[in-house]
Amino acid sequence: MENTTKITAACVIENGKVYVNSKLDFAAEGSATSLDFLKAAYTHYQLNYPKFYKMDSLCKLAMVASELLMRTNRINEKYASEAIALIIANGASSLEIDTEHQVSIADEANFFPSPAVFVYTLPNILIGEIAIRNKIKGENTFFIFDTFDEDFIHSYTDSLMNNDKAKCVIAGWVDFYEDKYRAFLYTVERTNEGEAHTTTNINKLIDNKLNFERN
Amino acid sequence: MEALIEQLKQEIIAQLNLDGLKTEDINPDTPLFGDGLGLDSIDALELIVLLDKNYGLKILNPADGKKIFQSVRSMAEFISENKK
Amino acid sequence: MSQKIYVTGIGLISAIGDNVEQTLDSLTRGKTGIGELELIDTIHKTRIKVGEVKHTNEELIKRVGLPADTKITRTSLLGMIAAKEAMMWAGIKDTNDFRTGIVSATSVGGMAITENNFNDYLNVEKTGDFLDYILTHDCGDSTEVMAKYLHIKDYVSTISTACSSSANSIMLGARLIKNNMVDRVVVGGSDSLSKFTINGFMTLMILDKEQCKPFDKDRKGLNLGEGAGFIVLESERAAAGKEILCELTGYGNSNDAYHQTASSPTGDGAFLAMEKALRLSGLKPKDIDYINAHGTGTEVNDLSEGTAIHRIFGDAVPMISSTKAFTGHTLGACGGIEAVLSVLAIKYNLVFPSLNFTNQMNELKFRPSTVLETEHPINHVLSNSFGFGGNSSALIFSRH
Repeated sequence: MENTTKITAACVIENGKVYVNSKLDFAAEGSATSLDFLKAAYTHYQLNYPKFYKMDSLCKLAMVASELLMRTNRINEKYASEAIALIIANGASSLEIDTEHQVSIADEANFFPSPAVFVYTLPNILIGEIAIRNKIKGENTFFIFDTFDEDFIHSYTDSLMNNDKAKCVIAGWVDFYEDKYRAFLYTVERTNEGEAHTTTNINKLIDNKLNFERN
Repeated sequence: MEALIEQLKQEIIAQLNLDGLKTEDINPDTPLFGDGLGLDSIDALELIVLLDKNYGLKILNPADGKKIFQSVRSMAEFISENKK
Repeated sequence: MSQKIYVTGIGLISAIGDNVEQTLDSLTRGKTGIGELELIDTIHKTRIKVGEVKHTNEELIKRVGLPADTKITRTSLLGMIAAKEAMMWAGIKDTNDFRTGIVSATSVGGMAITENNFNDYLNVEKTGDFLDYILTHDCGDSTEVMAKYLHIKDYVSTISTACSSSANSIMLGARLIKNNMVDRVVVGGSDSLSKFTINGFMTLMILDKEQCKPFDKDRKGLNLGEGAGFIVLESERAAAGKEILCELTGYGNSNDAYHQTASSPTGDGAFLAMEKALRLSGLKPKDIDYINAHGTGTEVNDLSEGTAIHRIFGDAVPMISSTKAFTGHTLGACGGIEAVLSVLAIKYNLVFPSLNFTNQMNELKFRPSTVLETEHPINHVLSNSFGFGGNSSALIFSRH
C-alpha cells in the first residue's frame, strides 16, 4: 500500500533500558540516577556531541532517543531539511530545570542565575536541540498533555503529511521530572514498508509490541 | 599564575558542564571560542557569571569580554590584575 | 483559486505616536521615540534608552473608557487601543455580520504587574483586590480582554514566539481566512516594557546604552520598546465595497536550527522565511520595492539578516531600512507595528529612514536608506521578524 502513512522506526527509553524498533538495544539498570543512565547511554552509543553535557536532563533524553531514531532509518539523508517535522509532547514541561533555576535565584545574597540553565527553561527547547543537531528545518510544535494523546498527535501528524507540509514526521513523547523519565519517538513516512500509522499501532509501539521485523 | 590557570580550568569545566573534559585537555593558550574549545555566546555569559561569583569581578561591557576570554591565560591575567 | 487576503484596517501605538496619524508624522519628520525610561522603577533606569509610550496605565484606562479601578495589564491596554483603531479604520461596527476572529501576540503578557506583586502573591497574610491581577498574568489573558472589548467571539487565539510573534499571528490570520474558518480577523501583537524584559536583555548584554544603530558597522545592540500594532485582514467577500489598503500576498515561517538564542551567521532561517514568502506571493526578488528589516541593531541579527538578504537578492538589494531606531524593539509587537508601517509605505509611496546609520558593515554590500524616500512607487514591501530560538518569519504586502 503505497501513499499511506507508515510508522517506520521507533525508539523507546524507560526504566534504564533503550529499545530500538521494539527490541532491547541497551540496558544500564544499575545506574544510580537517571542522569547517570543517560550519560552511560551517551557513552555506549558514542554520540560524540560534546554539547550533550551542557544540556538539561530533558534534552539529554531527547538527544539519545532522536539520535537512535536517526541512525535506524537515516531520514536526514533521505529528506530535505525543510521536509522533516517534529511533533513532540510531554507532561512535566521543563519543570526539572525550572526548579533548578529557581533554586539558583532564591537566595538574594547568593544570586547567580546561570544563562546556560535559563535557556533550557522552556520544554520546546528539546525540539530545538534535535533540530540543531540534525539540521531539521521543517514544522515543529511542542505540546503539553496530562498523558500522551495518541489521537491528537496521530491526526496532527497525518494532517501535516496529507497537506504536503512534511514528508517525514518525528513524533512522540519526551518527559523527565524528579528522576523519572520516559521517552518514545517514532518516525512517520509515506512508504510501502513499515506498520500502518494508526493509534492502535502507536500504542503497541509504546508498549514495545509493534513488530518491525515482519517487513 | 600556573596555579590560578589550573584552578580556572577546573572552574570552567564545572561552570560550563564540560563533562568528559579533563584539565590537561585544555591548553591555556588556545582560543576558548570559535575553533578552540568551541564555546558559544551563552558560554560567554556563563564565564561572566563565573568571574563575578568566584572572583567578585564584574564585566559590564561584552566587548571587554572578548579580550578577557581569549584564552584561559588571558582570563587568569585579568583576574590577577584586577582582584582586590 | 486561492482566496485573496485584503488589509482593510491599521492601528498602532508606540513611542512615536498614539495612532496612525501621529506615527506617520514622527516617521516623516525623522523624530525618534527612543529616550529616557520614565515609567518603570528599575536600577537600570540610567543605563539604558528605551522606546516608551509616555502614558501611565491610569491614562490608558481612561482613554479606552474603562472604570478607573479596572484590573488590567498595560499589554492589554496598548493592544485594545491599536486593535480598536484598526477596526475603526476598516469600518467594522458590527462583529456579527461576518465571522470575526482575533489573533494577538505577546511575549510578556501580564509580567509588568506580576513582577511588582509577586512577593505579595506569595504572602498568604496579604489579601485585597490586587489578587485579581493574578488572572491577568497569562499571555492569553490580554487577547481575551481585547476580544471582549472588541466584541469578537468567533476565533480567539494568542501566539508567543518571541520577536516573530506578531508576524506569526498575521500568518495564522491569513490561513484562517484561506481555510474558510473566519471571514475577517484582527491580527498583530502587543507588548509592554517590564523589568523582566529589561533584566533579561541586560543579562544577554545586547542593549545599546545610546540610540541603536541598525546595520551600522559600529552597532552596539538594541533599544527595547513597547507598543502594539494591529491590522484587519478580510476575505474578498467581507471586504466588498471597502477601501482596500493593500493585500497580504506572501508569508513564510521557518526554523533556523542553529542556536537557542543566536541567529546563524549564514542567515538560514531568515533566508528560508523570505524564500517561502516570495514563493507564495508569486513575486520575484526584483519585484520587492522596500524591505522593512528586522534590523534590531545587535551584532548578530544584522549580520545574519543582511547575509540572508544578499542570498535572496544578490547585489540588487531593494531600498531597505529598519524602523527600530524610531520605536525601539517592541518584541512580540514588532511584527504588527511594522506591518502597519509596511502598509503605510505602500499607501503613501514612502521608504522610512534608518536612523543613526553612519558606517557600512564590511560584510554587507548594501546601505540602508537614511532619508525619507518619497519619489519611488512602492508596490511590494517585505517585512521581516526574527525571534529567539531561530523562529524566523517574513511577510509580503502588495498594492491592490
